[in-house]
Amino acid sequence: MAIINLNVNGKTLSVDVDPSTPLLWVLRDHLNLVGTKFGCGMAQCGACTVHLNGNAIRSCTLPVSSVKTNAIVTIEGLSEKGDHPLQQAWEELDVSQCGYCQAGQIMSAAALLKRNPKPTDQDIDNAMSGNICRCGTHVRIRKAIHLAAKKSKK
Amino acid sequence: MATTHSRRNFLKVSALSGGGMLISFSLLNLTAEAKALEDVVFTPNAYIKINADGSIVLFAPNPEIGQGVKTSLPMIVAEELGVDWRKIKVELAPLDSRMGRQTAGGSGSVRGRFTELRTVGATAREMLIAAAAQQWNVSAAECTVDNGEVIHKTSGRKLSYASLASAAAKLEVPTKPALKDPKEFKLIGTRVQDVDAHKIVTGQPLFGIDTRREGMLFAMVSRPPAYGKTLGEVNDAAALKIDGVKKVVKIKNAVAVLATSTWAAKKGRDALVIQWNATEKLENTAEHFATFKTMLDKPTATPQRNDGDVDAAAQGAVKVLDVTYEIPTLSHGQMEPLNFFANVQDGKVELFGPTQVPAAVRTEVSKQLGIPEANITISSPRQGGGFGRKLMTDNGVEAALISAAAQCPVQVQWTREDDMQNDFYRPAEMWRYRAALSATDLLSWHQSGVGIGRGVRGDSYVAGAIANYRAEGQGLTSNTPTGWWRAPGANTLAYVAESFMDELCTALKKDPVAFRLALLKKAKEQTVGKINYDPEKYKSVIDLVVKMSKWGTKTPGVFRGFSTWFSFGSYVAQVVDVQMVDGQPKVKKVYCAVNCGRVINLSGAENQVQGSIVDGICHAMFPKVTFVNGAVVETNFHQYKFLRMKDAPTEIEVQFVESDEAPTGLGEPALPPVAAALANAIFAATGKRLRKLPFAEQLG
Repeated sequence: MAIINLNVNGKTLSVDVDPSTPLLWVLRDHLNLVGTKFGCGMAQCGACTVHLNGNAIRSCTLPVSSVKTNAIVTIEGLSEKGDHPLQQAWEELDVSQCGYCQAGQIMSAAALLKRNPKPTDQDIDNAMSGNICRCGTHVRIRKAIHLAAKKSKK
Repeated sequence: MATTHSRRNFLKVSALSGGGMLISFSLLNLTAEAKALEDVVFTPNAYIKINADGSIVLFAPNPEIGQGVKTSLPMIVAEELGVDWRKIKVELAPLDSRMGRQTAGGSGSVRGRFTELRTVGATAREMLIAAAAQQWNVSAAECTVDNGEVIHKTSGRKLSYASLASAAAKLEVPTKPALKDPKEFKLIGTRVQDVDAHKIVTGQPLFGIDTRREGMLFAMVSRPPAYGKTLGEVNDAAALKIDGVKKVVKIKNAVAVLATSTWAAKKGRDALVIQWNATEKLENTAEHFATFKTMLDKPTATPQRNDGDVDAAAQGAVKVLDVTYEIPTLSHGQMEPLNFFANVQDGKVELFGPTQVPAAVRTEVSKQLGIPEANITISSPRQGGGFGRKLMTDNGVEAALISAAAQCPVQVQWTREDDMQNDFYRPAEMWRYRAALSATDLLSWHQSGVGIGRGVRGDSYVAGAIANYRAEGQGLTSNTPTGWWRAPGANTLAYVAESFMDELCTALKKDPVAFRLALLKKAKEQTVGKINYDPEKYKSVIDLVVKMSKWGTKTPGVFRGFSTWFSFGSYVAQVVDVQMVDGQPKVKKVYCAVNCGRVINLSGAENQVQGSIVDGICHAMFPKVTFVNGAVVETNFHQYKFLRMKDAPTEIEVQFVESDEAPTGLGEPALPPVAAALANAIFAATGKRLRKLPFAEQLG
């Protein structure tokens, strides 16, 4: 076990954990941030996507010891009031079915919009192909990302 | 607390202690009810709760697995109750003997509960009206309701449901409340957002995996690495040395490691040294298919259906088609890996976790632990997909056994690898289809299938439409477990039958739509034997999709496939448009027409249909499970491949046939036809007939 300081959603938090623990489980089990989901444990499905210095990464394979002082943002910290344009668009278009993968989808989409505020379908396909949705909400996800892009420009 | 109930003890209305009313079905055990009412916020036990503070809570009785019933079922109650949908709260009900079939499966939640839930809402509405009428000293007929208020029509006086709830709860329960005229529906048939939409997009705790309880330990389980293997010697010395590991317990054919975090439990589980002994045959997929082939070469003694004489019909044929289709084993791969919380203490059991069948879990836990069902509570949170996996009780029962053995509350978490190796799979199948053709028509249809487990059965609309028809089905006994997988039976039968139908049309040079319509006309006008479908409803969806897709027109570079299927009470017809890119199909657009009776939630209904189509394309294209020596080769998503955003259709257009009939199934019926529509489009594009799933590995 080791004391590790993390910068999560703008706060400095301290945890006493096995340094090999993937960031995902530190968030879920130690910091009680359960919005980030476990799906595969090998960076194949994207359910665990969070931002590390603004980039979408898979937290299920990232040992907490390697995070250091890099800023982590989880779905709980994406917006203060839960009103990020993507969150609004997701609600407006009623994207979710079971909803389990959607936090990861939104985090991947948020990183995309940050570097590419007006993505094409092709850009979306490329950026979102690391996230699996078993319910098949893909067509609505694409629409929601376009809608959020439109909302952000206002 | 005052209670009133009808003579038949059917419906029960209770006053809440703080003022308010609670409506539930059938007579309660009063002690249990009294207890439930004391802390009613924590143990909701009925369909409607109107609190004195004006808040209204509706309880969704069936598990929510992504099929949208946490939204659509309360909508039905709300419609009759006459409340403002935006102001009510919705909760999932725990397992409750008053709530009937609390199962998510067979596309049955809405179709099974439509009239019942209307009655629930109408009963409350009539009682609230009666209470208001009494207070105003007017006739109930002079009153109406709107947005949670009773209104006296002539004077315009209004009373809120909250202010009437206590008085209403003391009234006699109407035995036959009048249901609304569907023409007056305001909510049913509109677009309503999923009630959890905001919680989902903000990452709030909603799922079984998010369960956290005082004193709870996390557990991971070592289960047999192959079917046919049994637990032998266990050495847990290394596991117990891992930081955070608290206990190791043996249950039946598995060993559980309990720890203070999921990661510690996993490290501990992986550090167990276990000898697994092969006590049964270790099976292989390759052998299954070799056996299928031998079984299909021999006719079965008792066909499932046998109209006319297929062999005699073949004698006079101009052409005979004789082809074989292969279907792989599939895993469910629901996104939320299995988990379950259990707390077995002092002869009582609390269960909380993902299941499509809470009642069956409780019964099985009761049996295995020897604890009466009355001492077991179970409820399920929102679930990260079901697809049939959670119709099995194993995850819940296992958690209960672990908690009992370890004597502490426990959250059992499965890894993806655990899910893949310990599933109840969609069985592998092989089908032989034979047809005799004249120069212009179909003379006979002979289908013969075999699958792992109980075997295959079922017919397409061809049964009943032609004179000579034979269907045979067999099962191959195996120790690889099988279970229900979204649209069981239909999901494979539709692929083979509707692909073969396309082969017939090609051989006869007939238009796939016109030929099917001609068969359905025959089924209607000259029915052979019994038919289990309505040819007119089949026609309704075919006609609609023809219109939507402008069937018969051509776009350069775009190739079309057609397919239609009836399942779970609903009719679906689809046209799939593909372009071939680097040898692989890119689905440009899917047109889908559905006849499922009355639609409850238009947004949710479209979402289910769109999702079923993507699900169907995904499983037509990519994944398969292979057994080698009883072990699953595809251990995780790097090998068990799902459709990705780049593979998803560019567009899906869904239309529903307008209908005043009661709702039929919708969580499954749009899935079965897709694979054939896609295969038929790929054939149109390439001339290659795909008689084996999945497609991607055979193309490009």
